Amino acid sequence: MAKKYHVSATVNGDPVEFLCSGQETMLDVLRDRLELTGAKEGCGSGDCGACSVTVDGRLICSCLMLGVEAEGTSIETVEGMADGDQLTPLQRIFLEEEALQCGICTPGVLVAAKALLAKNPDPDETTIRYWLAGNLCRCTGYDKIVRAVQKAAAEMRA
Amino acid sequence: MPNESSFKWVGTRQIRPDGPDKVTGRAKYAADYTMPGMLIGRILRSPHAHARIKSIDTSKAEALAGVKAVVTSADFPELASEMSPNSEMVIDFSDVSNNVMARKKVMYDGHAVAAVAATDAEIAEEALSLIDVVYEVLPHVIDVEEAMAEDAPLLHDGMITEGITPTPTKPSNIAKRVEFRSGDVDKGFAEADVIVERTYKTAAVHQGYIEPHAVLASAAEDGQVQVWVSTQGQFMVRAFCAKVCGLAISQLRVTPAEIGGGFGGKTVVYGEPVAVQLSRKSGKPVRVVMSREEVLRASGPTSGGVVETKVGAKKDGTLVAVDAVLKYQAGAYAGSPIGPGCMCMTAPYEIENVQLIGYDVVSNRPKVAAYRAPGAPISAYAFESALDEVARELNMDPIAIRQKNAVKEGSKTVYGVTFPRIGFEEVLEAAKNSDHFKSPVPEGEGRGLACGFWFNIGGESSAACHLNEDGTVTVISGNPDIGGSRASIALMVAETLGIDYNKVRPIVADTSSIGYNFVTGGSRVTFATGMAAINAAEDVIGQARERAAKIWEIDVDAVTWEDGEARPAGSNAGDHDPMSLADIAKMAPKTGGPINGHGSINAQGAGAGFGCHICDLKVDEGTGHVTVTRYTSIQDVGRAIHPGYVDGQLQGGAAQGIGWAINEEYVYNDDGLLQNAGFLDYRIPVASDLPMIDTVLVEVPNDRHPYGVRGVGEVPIVPPMAAVANAMESATGVRMTSLPMSPPKVLKALEGS
Repeated sequence: MAKKYHVSATVNGDPVEFLCSGQETMLDVLRDRLELTGAKEGCGSGDCGACSVTVDGRLICSCLMLGVEAEGTSIETVEGMADGDQLTPLQRIFLEEEALQCGICTPGVLVAAKALLAKNPDPDETTIRYWLAGNLCRCTGYDKIVRAVQKAAAEMRA
Repeated sequence: MPNESSFKWVGTRQIRPDGPDKVTGRAKYAADYTMPGMLIGRILRSPHAHARIKSIDTSKAEALAGVKAVVTSADFPELASEMSPNSEMVIDFSDVSNNVMARKKVMYDGHAVAAVAATDAEIAEEALSLIDVVYEVLPHVIDVEEAMAEDAPLLHDGMITEGITPTPTKPSNIAKRVEFRSGDVDKGFAEADVIVERTYKTAAVHQGYIEPHAVLASAAEDGQVQVWVSTQGQFMVRAFCAKVCGLAISQLRVTPAEIGGGFGGKTVVYGEPVAVQLSRKSGKPVRVVMSREEVLRASGPTSGGVVETKVGAKKDGTLVAVDAVLKYQAGAYAGSPIGPGCMCMTAPYEIENVQLIGYDVVSNRPKVAAYRAPGAPISAYAFESALDEVARELNMDPIAIRQKNAVKEGSKTVYGVTFPRIGFEEVLEAAKNSDHFKSPVPEGEGRGLACGFWFNIGGESSAACHLNEDGTVTVISGNPDIGGSRASIALMVAETLGIDYNKVRPIVADTSSIGYNFVTGGSRVTFATGMAAINAAEDVIGQARERAAKIWEIDVDAVTWEDGEARPAGSNAGDHDPMSLADIAKMAPKTGGPINGHGSINAQGAGAGFGCHICDLKVDEGTGHVTVTRYTSIQDVGRAIHPGYVDGQLQGGAAQGIGWAINEEYVYNDDGLLQNAGFLDYRIPVASDLPMIDTVLVEVPNDRHPYGVRGVGEVPIVPPMAAVANAMESATGVRMTSLPMSPPKVLKALEGS
């Protein structure tokens, strides 16, 4: 049995502690140790973005981060987006604009889009497309995703 | 058919029932399922393209602490050949079994040879490395035409080509020859003023769903097995696991998890029977989740193909003859979509003289699976490219030549079907009138256009409609929702019952909770399962009218159903206040008990679909990089039950087709090993690769469906490859006859021009 390390971090605003081996990714930890299965594994190699989370505000692929690297950090996942039973404008507008189909990429896309809007409240289409270029979606062709991000940005600016 | 203008819910854009769970991370996909005591299963895969398995020694793996079970083909019953319809394809259970776990020979890089279940992933991985497989490497063949050669390495010693008379005496890699013929092609070409003859090639491409295959199986000591799985068909998983594992169907209960994309690729089994056997052997629940590398190496792509195409036309644009030979890769086991590939090739056009000969060819590649309109995009790429060249030679507008030859009601196809009311002419008219087509082509860009056809299917479907105590309704159906079918079914049920959409809750049930449903495939669910759900709702209405009649003490024929209420049919029926569904539900205990409707059908009359895509693009002549700058997808959708998600099908299909056209391909090295088994090198379109994708929904209702539904999901992947190739020629003057039109190939073509 591989040696386990004790790690303390903050996830979606709550303090967490976990044990993980030196090989476990942050995605494994979120899914298997913390039971936060919103982040998905689509590739395990940082190419699809389905596991996107933010670490101290920075957007990353959690499959490319080791669990042990989480010590002392603050991590945000899709499960932390809504405020109680209130969806954020981004989440609500994704529903209204039909910006999802199968939904497997949606948690990563939402986390990435939220990180974009935190940085740039008024991104143009090209900016949105390049920012989300690391989040693969095979269902939608991206059209409605881009429109939803634009619409949410507009509502959040208002 | 109800009057369109009277629809309250059909045709409106409501929030999808599965939506909130999907934007909060709550939606549960197969890899998210866990059970107490669950083991992690891992599969050992062939490092060779073709090899005989001399021996497998699993003793060291079994001895490793934490390993609870190891299986090889010895743990699966050997099956005799038995064909079964599956999605839009046909499969042989013997091949399914051999593909799930290699027996005697490995047939492709990534073919499963053994599997372990262990207490954690790291131990399972270590155990795989302790399994000792001795291989005798055999010569392999990857290319479809090389596989057809007389001296090619043989994959199956007993493969005698079907469809040839007299029956060949020697085995080959050609599983089947098919032929479709009408008229006399020699006569047709003699009448032609213009003849275009080309060979077109396409690469194998993967469905590319973002969610890898995942399954959790839990076997109990009494032989009952539960399975939670990412699949397009829980009943397919049940039937296939029963066959491959030697169980009775009643021993399996299969629950479809939320599915993270399928596109046809999840209409077969891979790790599912493996998880079942590991669970039976270990006595513990076992979860098997593929890695992306495994998905690409070992789950079904669709065929690459070679299509030799000859098209003849008269000066006025009348198509007079088509002669084509189609060679499709099947992967390691027979069963490419060669039949539909041939049938769809010329289906949008009335052509008197047609001869299509198709070959289903095995090679050392993963067995192909269905992929959105299986077979059609390959042949459509060839035909719609050739048609574009014919139009150029005749100086004809690309829409005009298609309008001249377009099929309509009464047109007969080369495969013998006479079309009922279809909407291809309306689609072409809409394309002609589209803003995109009417706009000038931007400087330095090229515009191309192409069309596509898909049959769409119906099939066996069951649904139930339960009237709850408060008048709300639960709709239970048995097809995994890959395209928004819960939303469309709920809309149609709300419309039928005359109640608010938000009072209808649709669910997708497990195999023990609803009757049989054929897989989610063939764009059939909103059409066929939707029809079963409508029947179930009508059954509820019938029972509700009976209850009202009972309460009012009148004949049931004197009770009508309008706007969600039972009403007396006329003044003769007496003076009774209308009763809503909620009123009737409340009274149900006193009027006969629960009101539950049921619909079980084998739906016929699926309406064929036609689409036309317009593509603008520019080419970087320094790098060969192609950028699609504008794209419009026009399609006859019958009736859009939820227009937003119909748009989504048109957009998503176009995006996949653009990937097929420009980027995607399986790359093998000289040893027959896949070189690009990851999303970095198998590059599906990303957001920055694409423009907005405009849609035009043409609605020519299908009169065989209560609301006019035609399947919509597959047609949109048929036209893009030729639309892009035709735009390429407009932009550069170069005709690309081989996919993908990737930068190195484009650059080479530009240099050669």
